[in-house]
Amino acid sequence: MVNLYINSVRVSMEEGSTLLEAARFMGFPIPTLCHMEGLSPYGACRLCVVEIGEGTRAKLVSSCTYPVEEGLKVRTASERVMKARRMVIELLLASCPQSKQIQDLASSFGVRQQRFKQEHEDCILCGLCVRMCKEQMMAGAIGFQNRGEKRVINTPFNAKSEVCRLCGGCMYVCPACQLRCTYTQPDKAICGGCANLEPPCLEKEKFDDMMCYMSPCVACEIKKD
Amino acid sequence: MVDKEEVIRIVDKHQNGLGHLISILEGIQIRYGYLPEEALRIVAEKTKTSVVEIFGVATFYRFFRLKPIGKYLVSVCLGTACHIRSSPQIIEEFERQLNIKAGETTADMEFSLEPVNCLGSCALGPMVVVNGHYFSNVTPSRVKQIIKKTREGLDKVDVDQDERIFPVEVSCPHCNHSLMDSKQLIDKHPSIKLTASFGEKHGWIRLSSLYGSPHMESEFEITSDSVVNFFCPHCNAPFIKAGNCPECDAPMVPMIVYGGGIVQICSRRGCRQHMLDLSSVNL
Repeated sequence: MVNLYINSVRVSMEEGSTLLEAARFMGFPIPTLCHMEGLSPYGACRLCVVEIGEGTRAKLVSSCTYPVEEGLKVRTASERVMKARRMVIELLLASCPQSKQIQDLASSFGVRQQRFKQEHEDCILCGLCVRMCKEQMMAGAIGFQNRGEKRVINTPFNAKSEVCRLCGGCMYVCPACQLRCTYTQPDKAICGGCANLEPPCLEKEKFDDMMCYMSPCVACEIKKD
Repeated sequence: MVDKEEVIRIVDKHQNGLGHLISILEGIQIRYGYLPEEALRIVAEKTKTSVVEIFGVATFYRFFRLKPIGKYLVSVCLGTACHIRSSPQIIEEFERQLNIKAGETTADMEFSLEPVNCLGSCALGPMVVVNGHYFSNVTPSRVKQIIKKTREGLDKVDVDQDERIFPVEVSCPHCNHSLMDSKQLIDKHPSIKLTASFGEKHGWIRLSSLYGSPHMESEFEITSDSVVNFFCPHCNAPFIKAGNCPECDAPMVPMIVYGGGIVQICSRRGCRQHMLDLSSVNL
C-alpha cells in the first residue's frame, strides 16, 4: 500500500492506482471528460489536473494518468488548479459550444464568459470513442488521423470500416455529441441525432427515418420556449 | 498492382512487428513510391493490428504518402525566411503553371507540388527543390524556367552559365608546346588538338577544352571501347602513360595545364574518367 495526502487527508492506496482513483475514493470531486472506467487512462482533456509537490516545485499533473506515490501531497482544488481547470473548460467550450456536457461543466465551474472564437467543432479529440471501439468493443474501427490542427477521428481511408458493427458505443461515450442538438448548422437548433452518426457510420441513408435517440430532445425543448 | 508476397517480405524483414512499423512503412514507400491501401491492409494483417492504427501512423508523418507522386517532386519552401521573401507567390505561380493545387500531382504524373516548412538554406531563399536539385533565390518569373529545365532534364549542364564548367589550356608534357587550337571551337571554346592512332588509323582528334565535357571531333571514326594512343602534333612524341584508369584500367594520358598542374584523361573511347591534379602547384 502507498500512503499519500490528498488535501491534507491521509489515504492508503494500492500501488499502481492513480491520483484520480485516490481522490474519488476519498470523495473529492475531480471533473473529467476523457476518463471512463474500463478504458485506459489517456490524459487528453486536462480537466482532471491536480497540484502535486510543495513550494516552488509544485506542479500540475493530470490525475487520471499519475500513479500514486509514497508521501505525495496532492491538492485537488487549489487556486492554481481551479484557474487552470476554468481555462481548460473555456477552451473546450470554444471548440464545442453545443456540447451539453461541456456547458454543464462550464456552469458548475462558474465559467460565464467565453473569450475565444467559437469553432463549432463536433469533436474535442478526447479519444473516448477510439478507446471504446478498441478496448471494449474489440473492433478498432476508428482512430486518430493526421497531426496537429488537422487531427481528426475517422475510419481508415475514410471509407466504411469492415470491422465496425454499428454498435453505437462511440456515440454513447462521446461528450461532444451526447445531447448535442444543432444539426449541421450550429445556429439552427434542430435535433442533430442523425448528423451525429458521422464519422463512424458513414452510410447515413440507412438512418433516414431514424427517430431522435436523445431524450429529452434539447432542440424540442428549445423550440417550445 | 501490389504484390502481396513482396509486402510480406518487407514486413518479415523486421522482427519486432509493430515496433518497427515506421521502418516497414518506409520500406513499402521506397518500393512503391507511396503507401498503397492494399499494402497497409497486408501490414495490418501480418502484424495482427487494426488497419486504423497503421493508417494513423501513416497519416501522422509527413514523410509518408498515401497517393502516388509524379516523376518530379517540386518542394517549395514556405519557411519563415523564404516566406518573407515572397515564397507564397512562388507556390501560387507553380500552381498556375502546372494547373494543380499544392499537394497535388499533375494528371500526366509528371509533377507533384508540395509545400515544405524549411529546407535549411534560409540565406539562399526562397528555395525550390526539384528531385534533389536546389534552386536558390527563386522569383515567380523564374518558375516557368525551372519547369522547363526540369522537363529538359535536370542533369543537363548549361555550358554557358554553369559555374562548375571551366576551360583548361593544356600543353604537351614532352615539348611543352601548347595543344590549343583557337581556330576550331568545340563547346564555344578553343579545342585541344592531338594526334591519335589506333589500329591502322592515324589522324587528328580534337577534344573539348571544358573540364569534364566529353565532346570531341576526330578525323576518323573511333569505335567505342577502343583504346587510343595519343601523340603530340608538334613533337610527335607519344604521350607517356601516367597510370591506369580507375574505371576501366586503360592508360591515363597526362597533359600539362597552363598555370600549373596536370590533367589526365582516359584513353578509352567512351570512358569519361578524367582528373585534375594540382598537387604540384604552389598555391
